[in-house]
Order: sequence, then structure tokens, then C-alpha cells
Amino acid sequence: MAFRLKLVPDHTTFDFFKHQWATFGFSVVLVVASVIISLVMGLNFGIDFKGGTTIRTESTTPLDIASYRGVLQPLNMGDVAITEVFDPNFREDQHVASIRVQAQDGDEAITPEVIGQIEAALKTVDPEVKFISTESVGPKVSGELIWTAIWSILGATAAILIYVWLRFEWQFAVGAVAALVHDVTVTVGIFSLFQIKFDLTIIAALLTILGYSINDTVVVFDRLRENLIKYKTMPLRDVMNISVNETLARTVMTSGTTLIALIALLILGGDVIRGFVFAMTWGVVVGTYSSVYVAKNIVLFLGVDRDKKPVDPSAKFFTEGAADADN
Amino acid sequence: MLQIPLWKRVVIIGLCLLGLAMAAPNLFYPRVEAHNDAVKAFTESGAMTDTQAAAKAGWPDWLPSGLVNLGLDLRGGAHLLAEVKVAEVYKARMDSLWPEARKALAAERATIGAVRRAPSPDDELRIQIGEPSQIARAVEIARTLASPVVTLTGVGQNDIEVTGQGDTIVIRLSEAERLATDDRTMQQSLEIVRRRVDAAGTREPTIVRQGTDRILIEVPGIGSAAELKALIGTTAKLTFQPVISRGSNPDANPGTGNEILPAADEQGIYYVLDKVPVVTGDELTDARPDTDQNGYPAVAFRFNATGARAFGDYTANHIGEPFAIVLDGKVISAPTIQSHIAGGSGIITGRFSVQEATDLALLLRAGALPAGMTFLEERTIGPELGQDSIDAGRVAAMVGLAAVVAFMIASYGLFGVFASTALLINIALIFGFMSMISATLTLPGIAGIVLTMGTAVDANVLVFERIREEMRSAKGPARAIELGYEKAMSAIVDANVTTFITGLILFVLGAGPVRGFAVTLLIGIVTSVFTAIWVTRLMVSLWFARRRPKQLVL
Repeated sequence: MAFRLKLVPDHTTFDFFKHQWATFGFSVVLVVASVIISLVMGLNFGIDFKGGTTIRTESTTPLDIASYRGVLQPLNMGDVAITEVFDPNFREDQHVASIRVQAQDGDEAITPEVIGQIEAALKTVDPEVKFISTESVGPKVSGELIWTAIWSILGATAAILIYVWLRFEWQFAVGAVAALVHDVTVTVGIFSLFQIKFDLTIIAALLTILGYSINDTVVVFDRLRENLIKYKTMPLRDVMNISVNETLARTVMTSGTTLIALIALLILGGDVIRGFVFAMTWGVVVGTYSSVYVAKNIVLFLGVDRDKKPVDPSAKFFTEGAADADN
Repeated sequence: MLQIPLWKRVVIIGLCLLGLAMAAPNLFYPRVEAHNDAVKAFTESGAMTDTQAAAKAGWPDWLPSGLVNLGLDLRGGAHLLAEVKVAEVYKARMDSLWPEARKALAAERATIGAVRRAPSPDDELRIQIGEPSQIARAVEIARTLASPVVTLTGVGQNDIEVTGQGDTIVIRLSEAERLATDDRTMQQSLEIVRRRVDAAGTREPTIVRQGTDRILIEVPGIGSAAELKALIGTTAKLTFQPVISRGSNPDANPGTGNEILPAADEQGIYYVLDKVPVVTGDELTDARPDTDQNGYPAVAFRFNATGARAFGDYTANHIGEPFAIVLDGKVISAPTIQSHIAGGSGIITGRFSVQEATDLALLLRAGALPAGMTFLEERTIGPELGQDSIDAGRVAAMVGLAAVVAFMIASYGLFGVFASTALLINIALIFGFMSMISATLTLPGIAGIVLTMGTAVDANVLVFERIREEMRSAKGPARAIELGYEKAMSAIVDANVTTFITGLILFVLGAGPVRGFAVTLLIGIVTSVFTAIWVTRLMVSLWFARRRPKQLVL
């Protein structure tokens, strides 16, 4: 027999729901903690949501943040945040800083004059400095972007709820959506905890997490639906355990390949999208966890109405379509 | 059995080859881009320079030459979100209505008394009359100024609403007319911005309307957003206004209905002008650089019919009086009307250099923006940052791909090779499809492709794991493979439909880089389902037909 890497043995009989209260409780604690952290510490909103300007500078000489701050202070632009950016991809003599200036009163977007002042001031410290990118968002747009972000998350969740409800049972839909809420909150929580910049791309990442998490959840649900027909009299808990065990190898493989690809991107993809990739990487881990311990736990609590014939006509349609294709 | 009918095989292989062919130009990006630019220049101007000819020869004409567009974050450039102050146009409309209304009401002065324009908000015209008791009559006269709105939705409505309040007639634009006006303002602004950006000759600018009153402008390769703003010109309004007086005090009281504006090139000189222009730049049909009778640079212009009539009437009645040519709130020149200027053409003289005259002519020809703009969002991305991002993204994608392939082969052996081949085809298909529809690749889009690599194998994993399970229940290998595909199908469909939903929402609500991400994600889902279900199955079936293994090693 050829060698095969098997992360999961052929046949597993883990009891995933042995500690259902503990695991579910843990998830609830995570969610509550995330909400509290987000409320107390707040999110490190990027200019997309807060308005203001970020300027990315690059220089061949090492940075001196303090002197940057020193020359920008007299300009009286309110809150100015200067951070040095590090990345393994940078060349030896590549020193990058990110400067964030709050939205100026009365201006929809920062004026070229203000940017000119900042640039002139920084040139006095380091004549070699280059301005790699300048982004400015006015308070009007940033306010709207917040709403767009919220709407897109709610819209995606609602759409998934409806789809899962139509394809499965309402209990499954509730479980799936609870898992999504869990994933989003916990991700927002970790962004708040580490004060990672939260901007529009993070919203894209959150939506991707929704997509990934539901993907995982649905695959197990699909197997559960199949097994509910196969083992008509077995207690729900056992059927669910069988289903999760049967799909375990797939869950581990898919999470594995996705994580491998994402980790490569996290390390090598550059600092510009690091926050975005971090959110997705974190989301894959959380999403995999939640599809068992949140979505399935809830289905287990709610129970499934097994008297009704759980055969979904469309499911049948798809398998038939596949069979036809073989002829 | 595992047999796939010939026509299906042909279609699958054909689609893969097509995708590969479409994706191929992206491997030679700079060369193909130079070729495309040269071809474009040739079709536009009909001539080529030697370098262009060389660039054109650099890529054979018969090969596909579609490329994915690189987004601003990868190529560098400027992004602006502008809000058009559509309400400014209402004010202009109200201002231009006043002389007409005054004329109509003055004819009935005997009954309604003296007529005076009262202060009002920008979008209203308020006229006070001397005899408040006759307000109904005055309103009736004012209503005769209305004309029907010509839009699909505004049928049967008039363009203005006239009401009487005490001794004041209030005229405002009707709702239907406002909508129609806004729409016209936006169309006009879009067109002017497009023409000005095109005139600068940058590559593939994006200029689209967003919402009711916004314009999104993305121009790759431009130095900065400030440069782009200068190019668009925040305000570039040309008007011809009657001159009341000339002086040197900027704070003098101009009197009602008048305004005070500085001279463009004489320090300390100010003109008091009638606020209501005789003609505006909107009515220009042509402008070109010219010289005046002394041989100095000047700009010759021509009005359209209404402009020509208004200009002709005015000059006929005001011979010997000065009138001002005002550009962007500055008086360029204030010549004295020598004679009746009929036919609607003339020249603008000022102290222009040849370059200034040429620029002004261009500006006038492109037309003035009908209303001012505020910039709500602006981003400049330097080309270095874009190149760094491309390099980093490329390295990360290669490493990620290699790792996924290694992992798949280690886990599934030969079947892992099948899945990996399908994965490579999948990536080629994504690029091929994006090139075909000229979709834009952004930095998050690269992340989307990397993510797709991870999830694209999912469908295969579902199938392979299912085949392993079916093998355990001791069916023959052919039956196990068949059942594996069959039973994994509903999970594959469900999993991908849900992901597709979120991608779709991202596409609809997202903008810029995020939308780029959504595009790659959506295309990736479609191609990955295709490659996982059809391409690997074809490979498995071909392999199976040739080897006829008694036992399946998976």
C-alpha cells in the first residue's frame, strides 16, 4: 500500500457532544467576552469608518517616530497616530511608517494643502522620505460605509438563514445562523483585543468567514440529513455524532488546505493585506469550531422533527442530476 | 458506469483549453499590454511610431490578448469620490427665471403694483408685489411661465410650482423637474469629467455615477489625487455678465442682484457685475485658440442658437457698455461692446500666452461643470506600493499553491495529483475568465484566489472522502467512485451556493478592492465546482478506463 498522510484515521468514534453544555457554554462565554471587549476597548477603526487621512511613507534611512511626531505636532491637526510598519518582505533599507490624521473639522476630505504641510514637515526630518500612498475619507462617506458594512453582514446572514431553511429544517437554519453570529462576534472581539486596524477589507473578510463557516456547517448538515433517513430510530445525539465523525476527515482536510494557503499569504503576502488575511485565517479556525460546537449543539437542543419525511426534493434532484451525468 | 460521453469530454477539454488560452497573455503582461496599447493607438490615429510598431510585433495578433485589469491598489493611481452639488443648478435656474418673471409681472404693474425680488433660499424665487390683494392674479401670471416636464415619470407635471404667501409669490422647481434636473446635471458632469480625464490620455479610467449625486473616478497611473482634481477642475464656469462698475474696493456694497469679482490679471481691480449672466458657457458650441487684431493670442468662440440670440440682443441694446467674461469667479476681460454682435461668435481677448489661450479653448470646449463638486474620498496609491503588493502576492500564491499540492498528493496519492491538476486548471480558468470580461484584479482579489486554492480542493476532498467510505462497504472500485461522486454532490452544491450568496452580497455592496475580491471569489466558486466535478472526474474516468484497477488505492 502506498503511503498516505492521514490526519484523521479511517474510522473515528469521538463523542463530540459528550460535553455539550461545557462546549456550548464556552462558546457563549467567548461571544459575551467578545462583546464586552469590543464595547470596553472599542475597535481600532481605520479611516474607512472614522474618516481622516492615512499617509504611508517609505525611506531608506531608519525611522525616528519621535521626530516625526515632533514636526507634526505644531501643525495642530488633532489626533495624529504614527506607527512603524514591519514586514518580512521589506528590503534591508526599507523603512515604512503609517501616519494617520483625524478628519479635520469642516472638511469633507482632507485638503491638498494639509497633505502638503504634512509632507513638507516630514521632509525636514528626512529629506529622503517618499510618500507611497495617501488615502483620505470624509466623515460623510465613512458614516455611510459603516452602514453598508452592517447591512452587508445582516443581508448575508439573512440570505443564508433563508437558504438553509429551505434546503433543510428550521432548526438547522437557527443553528447555522447562531454559528455565524458566533464567528462574527468572536472575530470582532479579537480585533478589539489586539487593536488591529478595522477597515472595509475586514468586513469583506467577515463575509468570507460567513461563507466559509456556513460551508462547513452545511456539509455536516447534509450528512446529518442523510443519516437521519438511514438510522431512523437511533437517538438524535448518536446520529449527529456519526455524521460529524464521518465528515471529520473532510473537515480537517479542507480546513487544512485552506489554512495552508492562508498562512502562506499571512506570512508572505505583505503588510497591506495582513489584517484582512489574519481575519480570514482566524475565521477558518473559528468557523470550523463553531460548525460543530455551536451549530450542531443548537440543533441538538432544538431537536429535529423526525416524523416528517426529511427528504428534500431538491436534494434528490441534485443527486439524480449527478447520476444522469454518468450515463 | 464511469463512462463520460464523447461530446461531454470534448466540451470539458475544450473549456479547459479555452481558459488556458485566455489566461496565457497574463504571463507576458508587460509585452501584451504594450501590444494592446500600440494596437489601440493605431486604430485611433492610424499611424504608429517605431517603438509602437515594435511593441505591436512583440505579441502575435492572432493570439488572445485580453488581460486582467490591475486595480488601483496594484497598479498605483488615484481614486476620487466626488459629490456634485446638484442644488446649485436650482439656484441658477431660479436666477435665470427672474428676468422673465419680472418682465411678465411688470406688464401688469397697473393691477399688481411694483415688483421686487425678495431674499430667498437658493432653490426658490420670491417676488414681492406692491398690491397684496392681487396676489392671486400675480400667481396666475407667474404660472404662465411654467412648461411641462419632459420625462417618463413626470408626465403631466409642470417644471415649476407657484404659490402665493401674503404679498409674495414663491416659485420653486417641482419634484419631477428637480429629479429631471439632477439627472441632467449628473449626466453632464459625468460627460465633462470623462472628457477631461480622457484628454489627459491615461489608461482605462473608471468614471461611474454612484447613487443619486456622486461620481466615482479611478485613474490608474496618475501621480496623485490632487493632480486628478486639478485635471477635473473643481469649478470651471464661464459666464458673460453685464458690468455695473469697476473699482478697487473688494468690500464695496455691490447692491442687490449684483456681485463683486476680482480681475484675473490686474491686481487690486474689482468689478461689480450683474449676477444674472447674459450667456453662460453651457451655450458654447465651439472654442479654439486664435489671435486678436493685434496678433495677440485670443480664444474664438461660437454660441448655439439660444446663446447667439441672447448675446445678439444684449449687444444690440448695450453698445458702448462694458461686459465681463468671467471664468471661475474671476473676470478674464471686460471689453466694451463696439457693435451689435450677431451670429453668436466672437473672440475673448485677455493677456493670454499662446499656451493659456490653447488651455482655455480646451476648457471651454470640454464645457463647464454644471455644478461644483466636493470630494468625499480620495486615495493615492504609489506605483511602488502596487508593485510590492504584486510581488508579495505572487510569492505567497506560489508557496500556498505548492503547499496545497504537496498536502493533497501526500493525502490522496494519484487522486491528489488529479485534484492538483484540476486546481492548476482552476486558477488558469479564473484568470482566463477575468481576462475575457476584463475584470479587475485587486490585492484582496489575490487573497481571494489564494483562498480559492484552499477551498477549491474542498469539492474534491468531499468526493474522495466519500469514495473512501464507499470502498469500506466493499463495493467494487468503479461503483465506489461512482457513488462517491453521486453522494457528495448535494453537499458540494449546498456548500458552494451558500458561499456564492455571501460573494454576491459582497459584490453588490462592496466597492473598489472589496468588489475585486468578490469578483475573484465568485468566479473562483464557479470554476472550482466545474474543475472539481467535471475535470477531475474526466481524469479519473480516463485513468480508470485505461488501468481497470481491481483495487482502489486512495
